[in-house]
Amino acid sequence: MPQTYSRYDPVAIALHWLVAIVIVCNFALGVYMHELPLSPWKLKIYSWHKWAGVSVFLLVALRLAWRGFHRPPPMPDSMPAWQRELAHHGHHLLYLLMFAVPISGWLMSSALGVQTVYFGVLPIPDLLDKDKALGDVLKQVHEALNLGMAAIVLGHAGAALKHHYMDRDDVLTRMLPWSKPPRNPQ
Amino acid sequence: MKRSIISCLLALSLPAMASEYSGFNADASRVSFVSTQMNVPVEGRFERFSGNIRFDPDAPTSGSARLEVELASIDTGLEEADEEVASAEWFDIARHPNAVFESSAVEPIGNQTYRINGTLTIKGKTHEIATEARFEPGAVGAFSGSFKLKRSDYAIGEGMWSDTSVVADEVEIRYRIAAPAH
Repeated sequence: MPQTYSRYDPVAIALHWLVAIVIVCNFALGVYMHELPLSPWKLKIYSWHKWAGVSVFLLVALRLAWRGFHRPPPMPDSMPAWQRELAHHGHHLLYLLMFAVPISGWLMSSALGVQTVYFGVLPIPDLLDKDKALGDVLKQVHEALNLGMAAIVLGHAGAALKHHYMDRDDVLTRMLPWSKPPRNPQ
Repeated sequence: MKRSIISCLLALSLPAMASEYSGFNADASRVSFVSTQMNVPVEGRFERFSGNIRFDPDAPTSGSARLEVELASIDTGLEEADEEVASAEWFDIARHPNAVFESSAVEPIGNQTYRINGTLTIKGKTHEIATEARFEPGAVGAFSGSFKLKRSDYAIGEGMWSDTSVVADEVEIRYRIAAPAH
């Protein structure tokens, strides 16, 4: 099969973009909400942020399981070895952070004494007891992991654009939801 | 067999051990509460309160209790909320620094448990409450129990905070009120 037609399967594509949208929105929400003065609105969006974080965790677990049974298309032959290496490490790190960020948020919530109740219905057990000092440390861990995640997501998106516009290969298009890959920049 | 004899002896000796409890022991007492925000229960407590109990297990109905809670000593469980709740929308602590409970009737309902009726005054509003408390005798005796109140009855959380879909109306109060035996 010619490599140009080697695409991610529709489920992998859907999960990729769904997770991408939730992560970007939830990152923005997190940056916005933490400076807000206390109000019912703030309490509401803190809950939404946590629900979205739990959703990311679940969707990423689903993605990983799906990926286990559906091999992603191979990288283009034109890619030099060091780029393949970098891409592999970058993707591993992305998966690691997509789990670590929600987990750090959940642990931080427990330590700060506010349990996470998914969609206000399903209480997620607290692994940690309330401990303010630990909660403050976890808050910084959550923040640092997010900054790391932001950096790697930017690198990931930058690399995809570089493949599309400079290398002119199918690395970006095979993950795009529409089936006819645009081969040329406008 | 042996155990039942021992428990009989213990039961017989109890009235002899019973003594009257009066005054207040702050160290063995605590007042905490569970508020619910976005369906998440959050535990808080009050650090400072004082009280006065008179209780004779042989004449429980003549017992009485008064408890005064210093609202400024609140630990809401959410750091930034501790200052917020001092405001006029919440407790209006500047004008109403204390919450006061005053019992009106104590009735034994068995198994060391008593139904206590009384009035609770917060923010200038007084309502009847009823609670079931279990009594633990000892050198320091203590009543423990809980009851639920509606924060809207006391105008706790007005204005934007009156939206009970975010902070629930119902708040559970948990207490342990202790006094030395005499």
